[in-house]
Amino acid sequence: MNQWLRITKRQERPAWRSCLVLAGAILFSLAVSAFLLAVQGRPPLRGLWLLFQGAYGSLWAIEDCLNKAVPIYLCSLGVAVAFRLQVWNIGAEGQYALGAVGATWAALSFPGLPAVFLIPAMMAVAFAAGALWGLIPAILKLRMRANEIIVTLMLNYIAILFLDYLVYGPWKDPVSFGFPMTPIFPPAAVIDRIGGTGLHWGLALCVVCGLLIWVFFRFTRLGYELKASGENVRAARYARLPYSRLVLLVMALSGALAGWAGFVEASATLNRLQPSIMVGYGYTAIVVAWLARLNPLYIGFAAFLLAGLRVGVENLQLELQVPAAFGQIMEGLILLSVLAGGFFIDYRLSLRRRS
Amino acid sequence: MRKWITGAGFALVLSMIFWCGTASAEEAAKELKVGFVYVSPVGDAGWSYAHDQGRLVIDEMEGVETAYVEKVPEGPDAERVMLNMARKDFDLVFATSFGYMDPMLKVAQRFPDVTFMHCSGFKTADNMGNYFGRMYQARYLTGMVAGAMTESNVLGFVAAFPIPEVIRGINAFALGAQAVNPDATVRVVWTKTWYDPATEKEAAKSLLDIGADVIAQHQDSPGPQEAAQEQGVYSIGYNTDMRAFAPKAHLVAAVWNWAPFYTEMVKQVRNGTWEPKAYWYGIEKGIVDISTINDIVPQEIQKQVLERKGEIVEEKFHVFSGPIRDQKGKERIAEGKTATDPEMLGMDWFVEGVVGTTE
Repeated sequence: MNQWLRITKRQERPAWRSCLVLAGAILFSLAVSAFLLAVQGRPPLRGLWLLFQGAYGSLWAIEDCLNKAVPIYLCSLGVAVAFRLQVWNIGAEGQYALGAVGATWAALSFPGLPAVFLIPAMMAVAFAAGALWGLIPAILKLRMRANEIIVTLMLNYIAILFLDYLVYGPWKDPVSFGFPMTPIFPPAAVIDRIGGTGLHWGLALCVVCGLLIWVFFRFTRLGYELKASGENVRAARYARLPYSRLVLLVMALSGALAGWAGFVEASATLNRLQPSIMVGYGYTAIVVAWLARLNPLYIGFAAFLLAGLRVGVENLQLELQVPAAFGQIMEGLILLSVLAGGFFIDYRLSLRRRS
Repeated sequence: MRKWITGAGFALVLSMIFWCGTASAEEAAKELKVGFVYVSPVGDAGWSYAHDQGRLVIDEMEGVETAYVEKVPEGPDAERVMLNMARKDFDLVFATSFGYMDPMLKVAQRFPDVTFMHCSGFKTADNMGNYFGRMYQARYLTGMVAGAMTESNVLGFVAAFPIPEVIRGINAFALGAQAVNPDATVRVVWTKTWYDPATEKEAAKSLLDIGADVIAQHQDSPGPQEAAQEQGVYSIGYNTDMRAFAPKAHLVAAVWNWAPFYTEMVKQVRNGTWEPKAYWYGIEKGIVDISTINDIVPQEIQKQVLERKGEIVEEKFHVFSGPIRDQKGKERIAEGKTATDPEMLGMDWFVEGVVGTTE
């Protein structure tokens, strides 16, 4: 490939090397960020320290990060399930929107129910709504060979416009002076805080979902079939694995998980439905899923890391008045370095000896 | 097994990050710390820029320290940003977008010693007031200029969201245009974004395609101004004097001037006279105004506009004076009446002569 360098595929992939590469990639992106801070005339080391302090430097900051990571985690877990089968669900954003709409419908329709019934009802409707939004592209893919990337992406816009229609129209709070928002949920429809902390039970939902997905892929026959089909669709068909059913299953599951993210956001953080619920978690989820190589545990770490970055940058802005775009630059840097670093896990670079 | 070790390594990296972050330095400052939460970047020449100009003025005041966080999404993120300001001992927090209202109310209840001011909403608490300006007055005056300058009698309006603030502004603009040109109509396009230069410019172009020859905007970027200049037609700016972006097209702008209000609030908080009120100042206080009118507008019209401005300042003229009909011809404000503040704050219908829907 090159006169001086030789690229060879590694035979072994020891864990320590993955760790080293990951740490190296993160350090590299932090170093570039520090340089960028210096270019703007800001103290680089203090800047990085403020970033960490804002993200993880206090109990409440960690709570903020965990809460922020919850919707990202659920969406990302869903996306990862579909990606395992090499079904490219870009529609987490829309499935999230529909989940929020479903949960809100339940909350507004049965305001008198106690929380023990209302919360499960909201979960069920959000699950069904998200799953439905995932099934549409799955059916179109199987029946009409429609590309799921395009269909899921397009369905995002439809879902968001549907949400807009509801909050600008039939669900608009009569006392909101015409502003687009539903009435505030009854207390029974709001997910409780965990003990005396700032965390809410949506976090527990993440843990349960993550564990179930892990068990599903690791120990069940269906999970095995999914992984096998994801590796090679043709071989799977030849082995008479039920590919169509698997596509339907992963898309429904994927949509349902994103739907739950919408439910958690509407219930725990906004306490109502309004257009500002859409902040792009569905797209962030795709980044997170790739960063974590589709592994449920790593998705947790990656979601927490990305949430920390977003929360920490606010502190950086507040103290040093760097532009908001700096956070996005850092996010891009980390993503690029980690993905590029993946190369060094699988390949080795050596100097070519002159013969 | 291998995966678990990788996981453990990951956790190690994270715990290092934790460790770096836990040491914290407290600085004791007796200054009045004032925080601003903006919805768009301050470099946008628009809404947040106008607020930031006000912030810079109070930053110059003796013993006042200011900071801001820009581009904060309306929703849970806003709550966290305000919480962190309160935790960092800020004394006064201004949040300048409608969607910050409920998050601010939550934070205000948790931090009773911090003073909160919310722009463009309607809720108050013991330590939270709200404020806004009667931008519709300036809109009316810019509408007069647009109505006088149009030849096609189609005025294009690129607008963000169909909420009362924006609808009120479009109505005032249309009424101003009709006051000098009864045939003028206003075509509205919703972009569903406050700040997105490309979308706003495209929206302006779609209005140019249907024959609009003056483009007005309720948006935070100068995109629509540029579209008008490229097409060789006129434009009306918003937020700040946008002449620099479209020197040939820009006729006049409806502008914000927050500095006097922010100065007043800082003084009140400092000497303890601040009260949780709803402030809705108008052109008489200078919080809203129109920029210098471009020389291409005939002197006669300029004079007429400035006379009308004088009448508004002296409260001899009210923008929403009946009879005013809506798009369907139904009378909304009767002859001899003027719209009340609650009516204007909840306005969700267009006046006659506006083409578009409020949804």
